[in-house]
Amino acid sequence: MDTKPVVVVRDVSFAYPGNSELVLQHVNLAIYEKEFIWVVGPNGGGKTTLMKLLLGLLKPLSGTIEVFGSTPAAARKRIGYMPQAATLDPKFPVTVMDVVLMGRLNNFKAGWYTAADKNAAIHALEQVGLAALQHRRLHELSGGQQRRLLIARALSSKPDLLILDEPTVNLDQQVEQELYRLLKQLNEHLTILMVSHDPAFVSDFVKKVVCVTGTVAVHPTSDVLKEKVGDLYGGKVRLVRHDKHQENNRTYKG
Amino acid sequence: MSEFFHAVTHYPFMLNALLTGLLASVACGIVGTYIVSRRITYIAGGIAHSVLGGMGVAHYLQVVYGWEALEPLYGALAAALTAAGIIGWTSLRMREREDTVIGAVWAIGMAVGIIFIAKTPGYSEDLMSYLFGNVLMVSKGDLLIIALLDGLVLIISILFYNQLLAVCFDEEFARIRGVNVEFFYLLLLSLTALTVVILTTVVGIIMVIALLTLPIAIAGRFTRTLWHTMFLSTVLIMFFTTAGLAVSYTPGLPAGATIILVTGIGYLAAVTGIRFFRKSHH
Repeated sequence: MDTKPVVVVRDVSFAYPGNSELVLQHVNLAIYEKEFIWVVGPNGGGKTTLMKLLLGLLKPLSGTIEVFGSTPAAARKRIGYMPQAATLDPKFPVTVMDVVLMGRLNNFKAGWYTAADKNAAIHALEQVGLAALQHRRLHELSGGQQRRLLIARALSSKPDLLILDEPTVNLDQQVEQELYRLLKQLNEHLTILMVSHDPAFVSDFVKKVVCVTGTVAVHPTSDVLKEKVGDLYGGKVRLVRHDKHQENNRTYKG
Repeated sequence: MSEFFHAVTHYPFMLNALLTGLLASVACGIVGTYIVSRRITYIAGGIAHSVLGGMGVAHYLQVVYGWEALEPLYGALAAALTAAGIIGWTSLRMREREDTVIGAVWAIGMAVGIIFIAKTPGYSEDLMSYLFGNVLMVSKGDLLIIALLDGLVLIISILFYNQLLAVCFDEEFARIRGVNVEFFYLLLLSLTALTVVILTTVVGIIMVIALLTLPIAIAGRFTRTLWHTMFLSTVLIMFFTTAGLAVSYTPGLPAGATIILVTGIGYLAAVTGIRFFRKSHH
């Protein structure tokens, strides 16, 4: 089932300009078609940096990143991206439809959106169950609906890879479960990479956990679930597991 | 009020003033909506005040060196676009310095203007008209330039509405969709510069900000999308500038200041009106 690699990261290191400290060191990672990847790690561990590298918003200091066989910037058209909801201004005068249509943007395509754009937007809204609310203003949506809207915007460009940044922050459990079911459905057709602090989110459908703490370690979900997931941020469990894995990695590379 | 209509139909300067107000409303409604939604009012403020430098230098060259063709309006345009470029560049390159640079552009522009106006021979009542507007002095030539700038703002905002909206709403997402965020941000600041120059002829440098924000704040309470806000703000600004002119005419009040006062009263009325309406319905 796991056949074509969607993302291949080879020996990537990264530091922010003017800062000698490496945020990521010698990262190796492969993501395959229709995988559901859960990216975890402490604040400042490099989760967001890794995501921005995959989106081509940042360039690695060394090493290479391939997305769909080309550079991340060239592959962006095939990536749907959902940012953290907190980065948006809820009072901004836009409707649900306005926001979803942003997923259909092109650089210099002047003028109005086409009928095809609108159909794609409506289809995306139907996928997340928001089609009936397309004329609502952004601030009239509940927290959960806003997350769905951001997912719909990511879907409206018909991507092959969906990257989600903290989709469940500040949601109550029931809404979170709904979102979880939605992503599970989408995963039937899409590769999903999700950054999340939320251990409750991990479940049977997440096949791989990528742990980012300066470097990257990949665990099968079953391993992580054997431990108490909530302890992942307890320090001890994570560090032990992570170090163990790094050693494996080194032997493997050597 | 009938005196005002008589003046508009009989005196060209009143007709020009009325048309300037109406034309300025279009650019102001559109660009003001972007500025308020993106929350960059202080950038518009910086650009507006830097305009004094351009006006002062242009007027100085006109009077001292006899460069008759160099109208202060051209100086204003050059200064506004330069200020927009400097602020845009620093805000894209080094975000944390943005405030300082805006402050610098704001004050240095004014300092240059005041020095050149002081060194220009003759009576310096020009300073007052730059600062507080001189809509009754707008010439046919000025009106033509304002109409051209207005057209430019209108065409660009319609053609690139989607990109400008996306860049204002969520810059990072727009970038991932392949939109050249830097280009469109600088374009927005350039549109701001053009609009500010148009508006300074109506209400002067210092009061520009009120027209760029208050009508948009009123419109935003009744509208759902950005272009609805633009449309309603434009209508409101047309009303405020015309009403301001009309009110100022008979008692001979300064037109720019009266327009701002009318706008301010309109804003207060809208805010308190909505409060009252909500209370009586809940």
